[in-house]
Amino acid sequence: MEAVEINVLWCKGCGVCVAFCPKKALSLVGEKAQVDPELCIGCGMCELYCPDLAIVVNKPTKKNEKVTEEGLS
Amino acid sequence: MAFRDLIRERFFPHIWCPGCGHGTVLNSLLHVVDKMGLDPTSMCMVSGIGCSARISGYVNFHTMHTMHGRALPCATGIKLAKPQLNMIVPMGDGDAMAIGGNHFIHACRRNIDMTAIVLNNRIYGMTGGQYSPLSGRGVLATTAPYRSIDDDFDAVALAQGAGATFVARTTAFHVKELSKILTKAIQHKGFSVVEVMVQCPTYFGRKNKMGGAVQLLEYYRDNTAPLGSKKLEENQNLIPRGIFVERERPEYCEEYQNVIALAEGKE
Repeated sequence: MEAVEINVLWCKGCGVCVAFCPKKALSLVGEKAQVDPELCIGCGMCELYCPDLAIVVNKPTKKNEKVTEEGLS
Repeated sequence: MAFRDLIRERFFPHIWCPGCGHGTVLNSLLHVVDKMGLDPTSMCMVSGIGCSARISGYVNFHTMHTMHGRALPCATGIKLAKPQLNMIVPMGDGDAMAIGGNHFIHACRRNIDMTAIVLNNRIYGMTGGQYSPLSGRGVLATTAPYRSIDDDFDAVALAQGAGATFVARTTAFHVKELSKILTKAIQHKGFSVVEVMVQCPTYFGRKNKMGGAVQLLEYYRDNTAPLGSKKLEENQNLIPRGIFVERERPEYCEEYQNVIALAEGKE
């Protein structure tokens, strides 16, 4: 199972996940979201933000990393 | 069960434009229902007409897609017949405040146990970008090419004045807050109103030169503040977010059951 699954058939490339990822782990490649597993901390914000329901995050965040809408705190 | 199990996958990708805030609200609602462990067969969603009303087609609950502005009366009928259902009524700003304005205030007054979600994108998206009662003064729209001269309703104040027992406001930027508020709204016994300020990049953003989905979400981030926060105290121009009302009042279905018992001579 991948840490972050992105359904490219549902992704409409709006860039909301890219803009609000606290670790800047997402980017748009050919108008589809793509994740850099090296940067991803598995906080799940993109899963909540995605207006297309195209993202599922399977990797849990480490307990010491508190993530809010405003980013890492 | 995962949130994906609560949707009708055959209708995806959905009809909404890229970056539409309605998708984020649907997403959040599914996460909430999943997290609360609610049985999908105990859920009922009734919607009216508009972009927002399309939500009911995507959730794998009992659903009904009804007339413009008339979602609340239809939901009231279903709820009275089957009070055990968890009723969710998503409405757009025009659906709730213009076409269904009268139904909205009377549903608030009756305090029937359901959750009304007002998805406020400040425009009529589906019909091509006409201004709505929540657009506000100075907004550009297809029907206001020289800017709107209408003041907007404060949906929260309206719901409060009409007697809703749970009233909250949040935005599609504040996704964690949205989940928390929706959870509380569903748990609340009585009429809950949640206004969610969502982005319409296609009509509102483009017409008002406010940019796309990301810029509109940043606008909501920068121009809102939580109730009771220092930020809000210092700048009165910010839109307050949070739970405005949470109180108890006799619930309509229960009161109606009492009337039935009385009429049958059981009391």
